[in-house]
Amino acid sequence: MASTPNAVALTPSRLRGADVFRVGSLGLRTRKVRTALSALGVMIGIAAMVGVLGLSESSRAQLISQLDSLGTNLLVVQASTGIGGSGTAALPTDAPKKVERIGPVTSVSYTTAVAGNVYKNEYVNKGETGGIAIVAASNNIVDTLRGSVATGRVLDDATAAYPNVVLGSVAAQRLGVSDVSSRPQIFVKDQYFTVVGILDPLPLSEDLDRSVIIGEQAAHDFFASDNVPGSIFVRTADNQLDSVRGVLPGTVDPENPDKVTVSRPTDALQAKAAAETAFTALFLGLGAVALLVGGIGIANVMVIAVIERRNEIGLRRALGATQAHIRRQFLTEALLLAAIGGVGGVIIGALVTAAYATSQGWHIVLPLSGAVGGFVAALLIGAIAGMYPAMRAAKLAPTEALRAS
Amino acid sequence: MTLLDERQAGPTGNGRGDGDGDGADYVLEVIDVVKEYPGSPPVRALDGVSLAVRRGELAAIVGPSGSGKSTLLAVIGTLDRPTEGTVIIDGHEVSGLSDKWLSAVRSRLIGFVFQQFHLLEGVDAIENVATGLLYTGMAPPDRRELAVVALQRVGLGHRLHHVPNQLSGGERQRVAIARAVVNRPAIVLADEPTGNLDSKSSASIMELLHELHDEGTTLLVITHDLELGDSLPRQIVFRDGKIERDTRLGHAGGYLDRRA
Repeated sequence: MASTPNAVALTPSRLRGADVFRVGSLGLRTRKVRTALSALGVMIGIAAMVGVLGLSESSRAQLISQLDSLGTNLLVVQASTGIGGSGTAALPTDAPKKVERIGPVTSVSYTTAVAGNVYKNEYVNKGETGGIAIVAASNNIVDTLRGSVATGRVLDDATAAYPNVVLGSVAAQRLGVSDVSSRPQIFVKDQYFTVVGILDPLPLSEDLDRSVIIGEQAAHDFFASDNVPGSIFVRTADNQLDSVRGVLPGTVDPENPDKVTVSRPTDALQAKAAAETAFTALFLGLGAVALLVGGIGIANVMVIAVIERRNEIGLRRALGATQAHIRRQFLTEALLLAAIGGVGGVIIGALVTAAYATSQGWHIVLPLSGAVGGFVAALLIGAIAGMYPAMRAAKLAPTEALRAS
Repeated sequence: MTLLDERQAGPTGNGRGDGDGDGADYVLEVIDVVKEYPGSPPVRALDGVSLAVRRGELAAIVGPSGSGKSTLLAVIGTLDRPTEGTVIIDGHEVSGLSDKWLSAVRSRLIGFVFQQFHLLEGVDAIENVATGLLYTGMAPPDRRELAVVALQRVGLGHRLHHVPNQLSGGERQRVAIARAVVNRPAIVLADEPTGNLDSKSSASIMELLHELHDEGTTLLVITHDLELGDSLPRQIVFRDGKIERDTRLGHAGGYLDRRA
């Protein structure tokens, strides 16, 4: 720079890092309501995204732990009714025994449907069946399905031959039975049975939730059931599942293997999870739109702030602020605004996740990547939203800025 | 030194003080400055203006609105660039400087006082005055310490923690003056400093400016108020973008017309 020899050397203007923050937050501190409202837009967007991620992670974690405890090595063999559903679907009576002889099979149970309805007592109107089915099942059915007993106990060799019954969770609810200590009785088809236990929900066989389960011997003795297997539940060694699945139809019904259907109940659960993932993507998209709108809100507020605060900009320029200092001030303000929204959004999203997961009895899983990603996304939005207003503020001619009223 | 030599020979010599000699210590030198605003025809707000201000002077730039005095303030204050000519502030030729260095000049060498005060709302007097040091990179505690001293100097030691809307107009202008002098600038430019004040506050603000002058501050007061101009030791009268008259109170106490 040109200067006469006797001039004292000039040092450039300088704004300390801490002062950038101080100056950038000044506009926010002195206009609190506006700050809160403009941060709200970003907050909602981030909260939606963090919440959706948190909920989908929590629900996925729930499913994984459920699959873990249920085991994915269960196969269900049923008779297929064929196209048109003609003919009675039945598996050969000796099928369970044959299946047991397959090497990698670790446990086999089967159920037989028994015709008839279930009532709380004999006086209930016969039309009010409650949609509860009677099922005769092997005594180890609950073990095979890895179910658990809510109260009481399951049928065993001693009780299965007598008029005793175990209720599925939904059936118990519909019959109004929640306690077995007083040995309540229910009216099964045409005869009173004693409730000895109530099961927890069985995710692998929701049909059984809506059924009352009696012993095979009792079914035979009281209802003349032929105990032809309707469904056979097969546990296999984990690594042999596919080969067992391959040989099951031929083993169960060598004459008509095509009339045998083998399914894996956990597939349905996984499909359900996949469907939820699709919804997650949809809600994430909605969150992103909210975030974008929030970002536009910040840009809007910042443009207005620059116009409103022309005097301040002019003053700062007169006091020695460079264009870069002004640009930094307004960019910092936009970033802080977005950061407030980001932090608030992460907190709200986390709270929503925690509240919903708790209400569903899930473990709360808050993906760190979601929280950090949400905050970073907010900052990014703030930076983009603040860029144009900050440039405009910096480019403002000091004289013009000071003249504005 | 060629620049200085030329200037001694040129018409700028007219504005260079009272003839005490060429070794005079100039804080501000304006040489043949032209400022034209584009348009058809272009507006020539400053039409070959030259003047010089010595260290410690208190001068008024007087003129009706549209005479070019506000443009001159912007050019001297490095808030605007001249179309032609040279401006030297405390030995620094500013005409060719980048935005960064012009900002440095404003930060270190120039103090501004505005008609509308331009205080930061919602921020107390100390912080407002400390903002005058913000862009020097000084640490916050030091800024506040100097701000308190400056506020005491302008007689506001009892209003340190008041925010602007708790202060009267005169007090606000005192805060603004404290902000202008807190960095001990080479020159203070006051643009209609009493324009928004009642006569009583105006008088006390002028009194304060005189006090600062007595303490050695160089002050340039821009005003349309001829009476106010007359109360200062030197008046530079503007008309149509040119200096019409540059008079100063001579050593003998009378006005000495420097204008040929």
